[in-house]
Amino acid sequence: MAVTAQKGFDIEKLRSDFPLLQTNMNGKPIAFLDSAASSQKPNSVLQAMDTYYREKHANVHRGVYQLSQEATAAYENARELVKGFINAPSAREVIFVRGCTEAINLVAATFGRRFLMAGDEVLISAMEHHSNIVPWQMACENKGATLKVIPVNEKGELVMDEFDRLLTSKVKIVAVTHVSNTLGTINPVREIIEKAHAKDIPVLVDGAQAIPHMQVDVQELDADFYAFSGHKMFGPTGIGVLYGKEEWLNALPPYQGGGEMIETVTFEKTTYNELPHKFEAGTPDIAGTVGLGAAIEYIGSVGYPAIHAHEAELLDYATRRLQEVEGIRFIGTAREKASVISFLVGGIHPYDLGTILDKLGIAVRTGHHCTQPLMDQFCIPGTVRASFAFYNNKTDIDRLVDGVKRAVEMLR
Amino acid sequence: MSINQIQDEIIDEFSLFSDWMEKYEYIIDLGKHLPLIDEQYKDEEHLIKGCQSRVWLHAGLEGDKVVFTADSDAVITKGIIALLVRVLSNQPAEEVAQSELYFIDKIGLKEHLSPTRSNGLVSMVKQMKLYGLALHAKS
Repeated sequence: MAVTAQKGFDIEKLRSDFPLLQTNMNGKPIAFLDSAASSQKPNSVLQAMDTYYREKHANVHRGVYQLSQEATAAYENARELVKGFINAPSAREVIFVRGCTEAINLVAATFGRRFLMAGDEVLISAMEHHSNIVPWQMACENKGATLKVIPVNEKGELVMDEFDRLLTSKVKIVAVTHVSNTLGTINPVREIIEKAHAKDIPVLVDGAQAIPHMQVDVQELDADFYAFSGHKMFGPTGIGVLYGKEEWLNALPPYQGGGEMIETVTFEKTTYNELPHKFEAGTPDIAGTVGLGAAIEYIGSVGYPAIHAHEAELLDYATRRLQEVEGIRFIGTAREKASVISFLVGGIHPYDLGTILDKLGIAVRTGHHCTQPLMDQFCIPGTVRASFAFYNNKTDIDRLVDGVKRAVEMLR
Repeated sequence: MSINQIQDEIIDEFSLFSDWMEKYEYIIDLGKHLPLIDEQYKDEEHLIKGCQSRVWLHAGLEGDKVVFTADSDAVITKGIIALLVRVLSNQPAEEVAQSELYFIDKIGLKEHLSPTRSNGLVSMVKQMKLYGLALHAKS
């Protein structure tokens, strides 16, 4: 059943906040349906970063002068905003990184170094993005540990019975995605965490695809680590967040060495700074954190209930309308889905479909979406993926459906 | 005809199309109808991996001329391959190695030969020239 958008949710007014949505692609107004790859940015984010560079920039945590203190305040204020955004118990548990990929690499590398041993296992799922596969593979290879995979059923849902079976005492950490970037499946991470914790196994959640769509409360989830990127949640590229429980972050060795992360340095021995600085070597992306803070405030002004209601309506509308396309096959039909639709039409190659849609001003993603093992499981080379953010409207979807029909006519 | 004569001929042909639709319909048609490669060569050894589409390429020498056959799993990529094969196949190896493919840009398909497109075509052109070089050295 379609969910009606909330009162006071003015889609056209929201769209006007995003300059890129007013532009053309191939001579046609852009229908941007690739927000799962990266979202567009509202004016408030762009302005915050511009103002920061023009009026407030200096290095952080260094100078005694006023400007440096202001920059530090802006940077630490962003950390406080993130803390509130995900309901972290403490700002010390919020580590700024380049993006979700770096966050996962940080945990895989340091956790692997400290805790993995030969014969141990790391448990991931078959629907992980390469960035939640490869870092763990590298960590396992280093220590002679084994990567185990929770399988996915034909609808694109995790097979939870198999998860129960795979969750043995050999498993040292579980790393799963909250929402699948390819299938849109929303995974039962709360249940996964509860079951893992019953066996004293920590869990990392890849939240890159969840955070743009749903309120995440790391305490409610009881996640040990939660990773996400700024650029998928209407913030700038190059900034992301690793949330980690303090006891875990303290137990991990530093990831990179350099300035900022040290307490004292001599040529004989270095002692490390406290959290969160221990994991933030070098000058951070200060402007990025300011932009991320502005994105958090922007999301707050729209509100997750309104975002959820609007996106659910779009997903429902798009799924219904795309069924008009003869020969369409949806990849990922989980009961719990975020606003992502992956599909194929007959034997048409996703690249061909995507190329024609591009000419029509419709931006979709084609290919394997960095989930090659998942594509192998479905025996397909890739899919066409349309992903929606709250700034998409029904016109975008009508254009997608008309575009697909036209492309299919040309390609059949 | 020389490589450049064929390129000019293609540019002339494409100048007749009034919009992108006609152009793509033509490319799709080329992709659909041309049998390009012997099935036995559609194997790992002849595969050029692209992120978006896959391309198979085989080169052989007939006299002093290189004969290319190729294929792709995506029909638009295959259509462009048909044009590349028309330009470079049955040409002296040395000329293949030294060829400059300006027609792609002129007919407005440059985007398909961009490395960021990741459709296998950039690697394919590179590979064709390398075959030209290698076969020239051999002949």
